[in-house]
Amino acid sequence: MGRLKLFLPLLVFMLVLVFFYWMVARIGDGGYNPQSLPSALLNKPVPDFQLPQLEQFQNTLTEQDMQGQIALINIWATWCPSCHVEHSYLNQLASEQGIIIYGVNYKDEAAKALRWLQQKGNPYRFNVFDRAGGLGLDLGVTGAPETYLIDHRGFIRLRYQGPLNERVWQEKFAPLIQQLQSEQQEAAG
Amino acid sequence: MKSLLVLVLLLFSLPALAVIETYTFNNDVDQRRYQSFVEELRCPKCQNQNLSGSNSPIAADLRGELYRLINEGKSDTEIVQFMLDRYGDFILYRPRFTPQTAILWLAPAILLLSGLVVVVMVLRRRSNSDQLVDLSAAEQQRLQTLLDEDRSDA
Repeated sequence: MGRLKLFLPLLVFMLVLVFFYWMVARIGDGGYNPQSLPSALLNKPVPDFQLPQLEQFQNTLTEQDMQGQIALINIWATWCPSCHVEHSYLNQLASEQGIIIYGVNYKDEAAKALRWLQQKGNPYRFNVFDRAGGLGLDLGVTGAPETYLIDHRGFIRLRYQGPLNERVWQEKFAPLIQQLQSEQQEAAG
Repeated sequence: MKSLLVLVLLLFSLPALAVIETYTFNNDVDQRRYQSFVEELRCPKCQNQNLSGSNSPIAADLRGELYRLINEGKSDTEIVQFMLDRYGDFILYRPRFTPQTAILWLAPAILLLSGLVVVVMVLRRRSNSDQLVDLSAAEQQRLQTLLDEDRSDA
């Protein structure tokens, strides 16, 4: 027994090693992102805003244009490399699954953004042109891309920081959307 | 001697200020409030940097917001609330005491207490083992013969 006690520090060290290795592996495969924060706006309505529409500058959009349906709000910009990666998946969500996506073009140039949509396809119902980043700030955005899931009341229910892909969608979004749909049906019925 | 002086001087360095833009305020108090805010607020994109130490775009935006809020005459509590509403407790290097942050505030006290308990336990065990054992008369005699044998052997 006394002998075994001598190995205790080694055992503890091995456990710590396994824990570190596990965390690094989780960061590597995207299971854990130390930079992602819980949103301060969870279960709160989308903040008020009044901004032009990217596609039609004379149009003014407000938070009310986003209300009524379960939808995604996607923060993107042409200067953001991960947004390139994410874009084809957004196209797929919109065209194949019929997901409603509102875009927030964040601190970008309108000409570049419009060219991007022309070249890569446009998955968005409309795009809010947030040149100064004011809406981004009110949403607590720390960078692009970020995606918010809102329910039929226009309340924020999920915030995801980083590019969307199939795995993230199946893990985080799909189950919650099902729940939101049943909430919506209950409210209607 | 001269090289020694140079070496000693090399031990000191001035703090490097990473902030590029400078904001000027109408009065000293506002300037100091701004300084203490950028020191005490944490960059939400970074793992462990305050607003003054980070050159990430979001930190620059928040410094600009601070400048705007201070110039608009907002109070310290209003400014803190503004940041909390958007970025949550993460942004405060000195978080409020809430159920979520309780562990942060209580952990040092809990660790200190458990350390004290361990120290007391160890000390107690040690003083127990130090106690002299009373020998019976027979044992006393046996000890004496053993010692005598030892002496005669030598």
